[in-house]
Amino acid sequence: MTTPKPLLDIENLQVTFSTRRGPVEAVRGISLSLAEGETLGIVGESGSGKSVTGFAMTRLLDASGKISGGRISFRDRDITKMTSASLREMHGSAMAMIFQNPRGALNPIRAIGQQIADAILAHRKISASEARAESLELLRAVKIRDPEKRMNAYPHELSGGMCQRVMIAMAISSNPALLIADEPTTGLDVTTQKVVMDLLASIAAERGMATILITHDLGLAARYCRRVVVMEQGRLVEEADALTLFRSPQHPYTKRLVAASPTATSRVEDLVTDDEKLLVPAVPLAPPPKPAHGTPPLLEVLDLVKRFDDGTVGVENFSMAIAPGESVGLVGESGSGKSTTSRMICRLLDQTEGVINFNGQSISHIPAREFHQAPQRREIQIVFQDPNDSLNPRFNAFDCIAHPLIRLLGMRNGAALRRRVGECAHRVGLPANLLERFPHQLSGGQKARIGIARAIACRPKLLVLDEPTAALDVSVQAVVLQLLDRLRREDNLAFLFVSHDLNVVRMMCQRTIVLRNGAIVEEGESHQLFDSPKTDYTRELVDAVPHIEMIAAEKMAAGA
Amino acid sequence: MTTLGATAIRAARRFASSLPALFGVLIFTFLLMRVLPGDPAVFFASGPNSGKEEIETIRKQMGLDKPVPQQLFLYLYDVGRGNLGRSLMTGQNVTKDLRERLPASLELTFSALLIALVLAIPLGVLAALKPGSLVDHGVRLFCALGVCVPTFVSGLLLIYIFYYLFGVSPDPTGRVDIFTTLPPAHTGFLLIDFALAGDFDGWWAAFKQLILPACTMALFVIAPLARITRASMLASLGSDFVRTARSVGLSWWRIIVTYALRNAILPVITIAGIVFSTMLGANVLVEKVFSWPGVASYALDALLSSDYAPVQGFVLLMASVFVIVNLVVDVLYGIADPRISIG
Repeated sequence: MTTPKPLLDIENLQVTFSTRRGPVEAVRGISLSLAEGETLGIVGESGSGKSVTGFAMTRLLDASGKISGGRISFRDRDITKMTSASLREMHGSAMAMIFQNPRGALNPIRAIGQQIADAILAHRKISASEARAESLELLRAVKIRDPEKRMNAYPHELSGGMCQRVMIAMAISSNPALLIADEPTTGLDVTTQKVVMDLLASIAAERGMATILITHDLGLAARYCRRVVVMEQGRLVEEADALTLFRSPQHPYTKRLVAASPTATSRVEDLVTDDEKLLVPAVPLAPPPKPAHGTPPLLEVLDLVKRFDDGTVGVENFSMAIAPGESVGLVGESGSGKSTTSRMICRLLDQTEGVINFNGQSISHIPAREFHQAPQRREIQIVFQDPNDSLNPRFNAFDCIAHPLIRLLGMRNGAALRRRVGECAHRVGLPANLLERFPHQLSGGQKARIGIARAIACRPKLLVLDEPTAALDVSVQAVVLQLLDRLRREDNLAFLFVSHDLNVVRMMCQRTIVLRNGAIVEEGESHQLFDSPKTDYTRELVDAVPHIEMIAAEKMAAGA
Repeated sequence: MTTLGATAIRAARRFASSLPALFGVLIFTFLLMRVLPGDPAVFFASGPNSGKEEIETIRKQMGLDKPVPQQLFLYLYDVGRGNLGRSLMTGQNVTKDLRERLPASLELTFSALLIALVLAIPLGVLAALKPGSLVDHGVRLFCALGVCVPTFVSGLLLIYIFYYLFGVSPDPTGRVDIFTTLPPAHTGFLLIDFALAGDFDGWWAAFKQLILPACTMALFVIAPLARITRASMLASLGSDFVRTARSVGLSWWRIIVTYALRNAILPVITIAGIVFSTMLGANVLVEKVFSWPGVASYALDALLSSDYAPVQGFVLLMASVFVIVNLVVDVLYGIADPRISIG
């Protein structure tokens, strides 16, 4: 096999952003090349410069970002020196991009058929009706149901997955040779994620397009790319065949990243390599205490129903129990009712019917708006999804943690409060000198720790965790998960762990409940449930999560 | 079509919900006029030395001797029948006075708004395309000047330049000079009526009379319109869908106009509605400077002479205009943004 001329060749690319605090180097000299029809994954955590690299390749950087050095040649033309006219000519027809947040990436006030037609008409001189006919074909190609009807739909009328298909249709409308997908499935459900990625891969293969997949998800990159490069702080640290990278990472950063990514077989305690261990020494891990027979459950939910005002059913006949110290996972796709359920259980939302007993006492008769006065409020605490939005921007870390102590335990400002806040901060591994800082001065992981410290401040018995790590990078997620698991064992806390990430739930929870359309599809011991799912839906969910053995098998099959 | 139906239903619901507010305005103005110092009977008596009996007689004629609640009741009854009372100043029905003067104010305000929009939107877009550039600063300076200079100053300045120095515009006294024969009144808008009558000399004369006061008013409102256009255009240009449009290679014009500007225009519609209502009421200075026979100067005169009925009528008219303008803005918004008609 002769090596053909590469389609794309990047040499020592540097990108600098001018900010108020001076220039920031986002990409510091990376070199890579891509052949026609090849698939390449660029993996890295937030701030690694992977997206910036993608935008630099297409010259779609923000006005503040500049390519400060290096060369990008695409089919022997240097992109960095192109005029805006030839760039416009190239966009769409030679290289196209697919973005994160598909709904935002589409014009909200233009019908999708029109938008695809716009993209076609940008490069070909054909009549509007011909362009319209072609957009219809493209909608068919990306497997949108009822394409005739959808032609006139607006982005807000479509689901996120549908919008991403429309985006794909736009990107391939002029048959580009290179498709750059920047986190194309972040924010989509696992099953939708698989469908969209499969579609993207098959279209690219069919039309012989080279693809670059930019993602934070190692598993995703390994599954859909032949070759993967890893970026850290604007540099390429490792480049290898996808499977090799996963199985025997060489660079320490890659090793950490691979270790931190939860897989089907990983355990919480294995997630983090030594140099990232918590500030506090870990306690020896005792096996979780088995609840003795006959002890009443900590939480008991019977026939919970939620109907919304417009008649839609959010949750139907939901029953479950959690023993003290037990950790139960709640999984399902968006719209499955998992958040609604968890909100009713932690009394932020009133149920329509059903009973919730906590510690043998009914709490379901207390309306959500009055529950803050109930004694059970301090026993049931919540860790929210978004560590940024769930902290008051005017409160510093100390105030955030002290707030529940003052409101729920009636503690006064003073030495006792300071000691207790310090204790909580110490337990979550938050250095005491950070307590004076405000949320915007802290990193995502530190904010997540504050959220946890706030939740455990009143020594609750049940913690409801609503996607607690969804917004975090894998390495930070690993640390936070470990922290949560340790706290649970130390305090004999019970968890209701809501997540869409099956691998995380499998590690963190002894039992798992699978929800779909507001009803329980399946429940059982986590490992058993995921290893041998009884229902098709659960199997679909499990299969949608990429894992290494499966990927290896798939690749073998494809190669043979 | 369903969207049209939905828009109509929404508009009707909006209108119905603003009726209580109109009623509140009615009562509030009535009470306000009664609280204000000044006795219309004294004012309209023959002279400062007129006797007590004469004042009493006038007061009785005007119904001011009755208790306030009864006056209010009578007033509401009259308004309900479409009778806004009689102006003591002009001796005519307030309804008739307002109907004569409203088209003049509306024509002036519409023209001013049109001029302002035609200038402000391109200026805002230009400023947004190159933020921090000379153009941006120039637009900012122009807007600041427009807001800083009071309308009577800019009005007088324009008169000084175009009438006194260059002599290109006619003397600033009203809508047409008195020797022009007026066209048959169809709409009350002189420009339209002249055009309908086919009298283009008359149209030109009316246009020349109109252009200076309209520009004076426009200058004042260009600033908010241009600023909001710039801000929302900046947001729009920085949005993900404009990046998408660039990534598929759409032409510059299509990106700026079809993608960015159409999205950016939504808040401008809202502001334009507010600006229009404010202009209509607040253009009293312009009307005074240019001797424009509009409703605002009419209301001011009435207020100065404690003439209750025209003031109350004027406030009610303004409130109604406000409601209608909001309605129009609402409908326009529904047409411009498909996301609104849902929910």
